[in-house]
Amino acid sequence: MHNPQLNRHGELTHLLSTEGLPKDILTHILDTAQTFVPLAEREVKKVPLLRGKSVFNLFFENSTRTRTTFEIAAKRLSADVFNLNINASSTSKGESLLDTISNLTAMQADIFVVRHEASGAPYLIAQHVEPHIHVVNAGDGRHAHPTQGLLDMYTIRHFKKDFSNLTVAIVGDILHSRVARSDIHALTTLGAAEIRAIAPLTLLPGGLEQMGVRVFTNMEQGLKDVDVIIMLRLQNERMKGALLPSSQEYFKHYGLTREKLAYAKPDAIVMHPGPMNRGVEIDSAVADGDQAVILNQVNFGIAVRMAVMSIVAGASQ
Amino acid sequence: MKILIKNGRLLDPKNGIDQICDISIASGRVVGIGKVDPSFEAKRVIDAQGLAVVPGLIDLSVRLREPGFEHRATLESEMHASLAGGVTSLVIPPDTDPVLDEPGLVEMLKHRAKQLNQANLYPLGAMTLGLKGEIITEMAELTEAGCVAFSQAVRPLIDYGVLYRTMLYAKTFDYTLWLHPFDAALSKGGVAASGAFASRTGLAGVPVQAETIALHVLFELQKSTGVRLHLCRVSSAAGLDLVRKAKAEGLPVSCDVSINQIHLIDQDIGFFDSNYRLDPPLRSQRDRDAIRQGLADGTIDAICSDHTPVDDDGKLLPFSEAEQGATGVELLFSLVYKWALETKIPVLDALAKITTQPASILLSGAPALPPCGHLDIGVPADLALVDLDAAWVVNRESIYSQSCHTPFFGYELPAKVKMTLVGGRVVWESA
Repeated sequence: MHNPQLNRHGELTHLLSTEGLPKDILTHILDTAQTFVPLAEREVKKVPLLRGKSVFNLFFENSTRTRTTFEIAAKRLSADVFNLNINASSTSKGESLLDTISNLTAMQADIFVVRHEASGAPYLIAQHVEPHIHVVNAGDGRHAHPTQGLLDMYTIRHFKKDFSNLTVAIVGDILHSRVARSDIHALTTLGAAEIRAIAPLTLLPGGLEQMGVRVFTNMEQGLKDVDVIIMLRLQNERMKGALLPSSQEYFKHYGLTREKLAYAKPDAIVMHPGPMNRGVEIDSAVADGDQAVILNQVNFGIAVRMAVMSIVAGASQ
Repeated sequence: MKILIKNGRLLDPKNGIDQICDISIASGRVVGIGKVDPSFEAKRVIDAQGLAVVPGLIDLSVRLREPGFEHRATLESEMHASLAGGVTSLVIPPDTDPVLDEPGLVEMLKHRAKQLNQANLYPLGAMTLGLKGEIITEMAELTEAGCVAFSQAVRPLIDYGVLYRTMLYAKTFDYTLWLHPFDAALSKGGVAASGAFASRTGLAGVPVQAETIALHVLFELQKSTGVRLHLCRVSSAAGLDLVRKAKAEGLPVSCDVSINQIHLIDQDIGFFDSNYRLDPPLRSQRDRDAIRQGLADGTIDAICSDHTPVDDDGKLLPFSEAEQGATGVELLFSLVYKWALETKIPVLDALAKITTQPASILLSGAPALPPCGHLDIGVPADLALVDLDAAWVVNRESIYSQSCHTPFFGYELPAKVKMTLVGGRVVWESA
């Protein structure tokens, strides 16, 4: 099956998932991001790589944080940025997803940054846009959030240099998490030694073992000697539908406290895609502690998104 | 009109016939097979040299989308498609709009079909009013109007009390219930089979227990009521084990699967191709293998197309938002033949799954229907001529159905129907 993310030259033309991307493409994105990181320190933070190009942020699902980082990234690349909160406008009027896309294409879009509540929606868009348009998935359902996955990889590489000896634990609502899936695929491709998932059984999807993941339901065992801990956000609505009884009970067993963190390696880093629920999945003492690299992630996230947009925009048609 | 079909290779699973012979037809019926009386003066002689002559196919699930969904398909378009696929008898699920829950609607549908004067159309009546799962329909009245059995289609029936009493009422008149085994609560929101594929792609899963629990419930209630059940689109290895056990215990159960289920698995969904959005969802390779095993050992009696035309608006959507269903009636023969070739099943055994066996399922609950699914002297001349050596590609040009949304779009398939007769009339022939 042809990977719709790559063009016929094998270049990245859309970023839809970290799954199925060759290691050299992942590494190229991280290396490119590395060149953009120092920009944040400069007085003039812009480079002209996307000058004259139009980036449309199409957010069918609400998000302030991700949309803002994409907006900053696009502006630093000198692109014109348009934010569309589609939830509020066209779908409520009955316009179909592809109609929306055709309309925006007619407005001379070059890159669509798409967030949608349905898994796979950016694939549908990528399959129907004209070949000069690039689609970047900013989160689709439970499926993928590849720029988050890549910025997590950037962060891990920054602090740990090499993946091959690392044990990485992903903790929390794996079932509903596109971040977890994107991290798992990227870590696998980049050669992490061991990937663990830690959660109560109600928040673990079946078949994780077939993705090469070791599954734990106990934090003490799961965190033992890990190098990296990726905490996931627990949405409040998980208390409905018999997935969890209460956030208090969840915090008691799965919240990352200093005591639990002590099971990991002493130099383990703690990551979180944000926004955090302090006192639900993570204790403030850990979130604000020395081992947390959560704010670094935010900074790297802008560089990674700049890298992704500049790379797909440079793919030949 | 008197018709003589010469030199065809007659394939009749019921009589175990696979031989070259002539068939003569008069007054809508088969009057001679083998050596035809030389005094027979045919108005039309059809040279079937190199073609197979098969009983008209019986498709146990064809949605014609009428009434209610004429923008997706009409009786004309889909009956034409059926005939192009060699299907001469169609069973229609009741989930039209309005649903087939009152005699007037059924009579109107039968009347429309009769005017078109093409395939035999056998509606399933809704077993509960509006398919709401609350009130039993007038089954006897619906039967008089032309319903051949009763079904809840793919709508949930949550109240087991209603299910139990519906079974008792159906048993009173010896009607068959056609049921899709799925537990509504466990299926809710699911769009793909639970498992590694759904987990990886982030599609909401339907656990296999949605099927096995429903089957346990049905069999327990069946043991008490004695009602005859036909199980539609059983999808899992575990489910088929339960059906096998029920049959071994002697429960009056039959079972079908769709052409999609005998060929495809969840991995084939690939990059969220909404043409693979089907109900029930495609399961794993292991389940597909069990389905093929179940066909071989007789646990599964019949294969249907589960023809469900969906228009572009319903399919050009993200996978989980797309409507379920696929066009298929024109692919029935080819896909069954493809399965036979792949698994080296004898052609007559494969053909039985779309002729003799669906006929006996149909007739067991509606014995007054005219005979179908086999070619004997005296039976209505419903048959198809098929070029088994032909190959064709599924695309907009080759498909008559108003919708060409099928997972097999672009596939090259073996065997092409060349001509179809219903009641001794040539109702379709290829250009």
